[in-house]
Amino acid sequence: MSAISLTNVSIAYGGNTVVHDASFEVAPGESFALVGESGSGKSTVLRAITGLAPEWTGEIALLGKPRGRTIDRAFAAECQMVFQDPYGSLHPRQTVDATLSEPLAIHGIKGADRRVPEMMAACGLDPKFRFRLPHQLSGGQRQRVAIARALMLEPKVLLLDEPTSALDVSVQAEILNLLKRLRREQGLTYILVTHDLPVVSFLCDRMAVMKAGRIVEIAPVSALADDGLTSDYARELVEKSRSGLA
Amino acid sequence: MSDLLDVKKLRVTFPTASGPVDVVKDISFSLGRERLGIVGESGSGKTMTGRSILRLIRPPGKVTAERMDFEGTELLAISEPAMRKVRGARISMVMQDPKFSLNPVMTVGEQIGEALAVHEKLPRRRVKQRVLEMLEAVQIREPERVFGLYPHEVSGGMGQRVMIAMMLIPEPSILIADEPTSALDVSVQGEVLSIMNDLVTRKGMGLIFISHDLHLVSAFCDRILVMYRGEIVEECRADALHAATHPYTRGLLASVPRLGETRAELPVLDRSAWETA
Ligand SMILES: Nc1ncnc2c1ncn2[C@@H]1O[C@H](COP(=O)(O)OP(=O)(O)OP(=O)(O)O)[C@@H](O)[C@H]1O
Ligand SMILES: Nc1ncnc2c1ncn2[C@@H]1O[C@H](COP(=O)(O)OP(=O)(O)OP(=O)(O)O)[C@@H](O)[C@H]1O
Ligand SMILES: [Mg+2]
Ligand SMILES: [Mg+2]
Repeated sequence: MSAISLTNVSIAYGGNTVVHDASFEVAPGESFALVGESGSGKSTVLRAITGLAPEWTGEIALLGKPRGRTIDRAFAAECQMVFQDPYGSLHPRQTVDATLSEPLAIHGIKGADRRVPEMMAACGLDPKFRFRLPHQLSGGQRQRVAIARALMLEPKVLLLDEPTSALDVSVQAEILNLLKRLRREQGLTYILVTHDLPVVSFLCDRMAVMKAGRIVEIAPVSALADDGLTSDYARELVEKSRSGLA
Repeated sequence: MSDLLDVKKLRVTFPTASGPVDVVKDISFSLGRERLGIVGESGSGKTMTGRSILRLIRPPGKVTAERMDFEGTELLAISEPAMRKVRGARISMVMQDPKFSLNPVMTVGEQIGEALAVHEKLPRRRVKQRVLEMLEAVQIREPERVFGLYPHEVSGGMGQRVMIAMMLIPEPSILIADEPTSALDVSVQGEVLSIMNDLVTRKGMGLIFISHDLHLVSAFCDRILVMYRGEIVEECRADALHAATHPYTRGLLASVPRLGETRAELPVLDRSAWETA
């Protein structure tokens, strides 16, 4: 059984199809990357899996169960998403403490007093931020709050949309190490959207490359190092990423 | 080379539960007709530095400086109406969260068009054509469709490009770009950078380029400031970043993952190495 499988999925907004015929399978415990052109539909694929982009055709399954087109509580306990724009996904009048306690309260889980500071520490957030509002934090601090919130319910599957692009490389390293450790210890499954190919080589096993709404190639991450990509677009990305002016 | 901007002892302070905290601590720097990179720790004050140049720090935050001279004008001394004429037209800023800085109830095309109309008198039909050209210049596919989208309907990277296109319309003397390309793939990023580059080299614009991408900054910029906890801890020529000496900068460089990464763990900073208790 796959953790996530997409079979011939096409996704539209207001009747305009932006993702065409996407298929891939992610095994339990696997870390899968979605990379590619800006605007090619990477975030849209994640939104369809979570139920935020309901206009799709084809089949989507999570942990063996076919997905409906809505978000429900049972789904949220198994699968969480970290959004690309942390500013937009955090409630402007909710403190960090409230943001991190809320998922526990909704699912009737106790122990927020202990778990909120633990999770903040794991995500490199100083305790002094606990009662701040989103606008009182820097971009990277907000991003870490969003990551911490997604981890609060100990989901089995995490969908991560550019989770570290707003972080300096040392904080990025801490978050990437944390994600790698969680995966090792708890068998988490990831789909990671990023523009940073070195991050893909560090954290992922396989990757899909997207361009103009289509998956143009699926390859093992080792292809990044040993020149194993075959599509022109994927090769161009690696070439440019390697040449420094990346 | 004459400086466009000269900042001396800039300080930004916020009141907090445990008393006032300086998030930018008396930093001094100048900007010529060049590409100045600012890198540094998340929360070190990069965005606050950019916003204070435009006097966009919201109360209760407070900004002071011994000098903040922009082509002979003391920015902290002029009136708010005078400042409004500087903002956008002569100094503009691409915000870190572009989609939330755009007007949510106006389409992307209308917003760029409005910015254009302020800058130059053009007949309506020409405005639309110019906007479409600009969307194309920043590598947006299907510009006709994107023209009619609202900010929440564009992708992260499209939002960044729309904001960049808009900020460059008035050909400002200074552009402050806060993580302007973090959501762009390498290909599109290259195109967008070359547009900015062109304005620096041909029009003599000064560019402050805030980024977490060390490789990018060292390849693209002329000079780099490294910030840590509200201070500039190191300044170097961009092409000499790899030879930086401050332990914070060295730590940053070590944390960058590589293509074909084989390390099981990435090194993280041991801040105790240079911070005293
Ligand atoms: N709510 C929406 N309504 C209409 N079109 C949308 C909406 N959301 C996204 N789109 C369109 O879908 C396409 C794919 O967007 P998506 O956000 O999935 O791209 P992406 O690959 O994540 O890009 P980026 O790397 O820049 O974030 C874009 O053309 C975008 O304009
Ligand atoms: N309203 C506020 N009250 C108190 N502290 C604040 C407020 N707004 C921002 N800060 C703090 O000011 C510091 C500097 O923030 P700034 O946004 O300039 O960081 P940055 O260097 O841009 O970080 P990033 O790379 O994460 O975007 C941060 O530590 C932040 O928590
Ligand atoms: Mg996206
Ligand atoms: Mg910032």
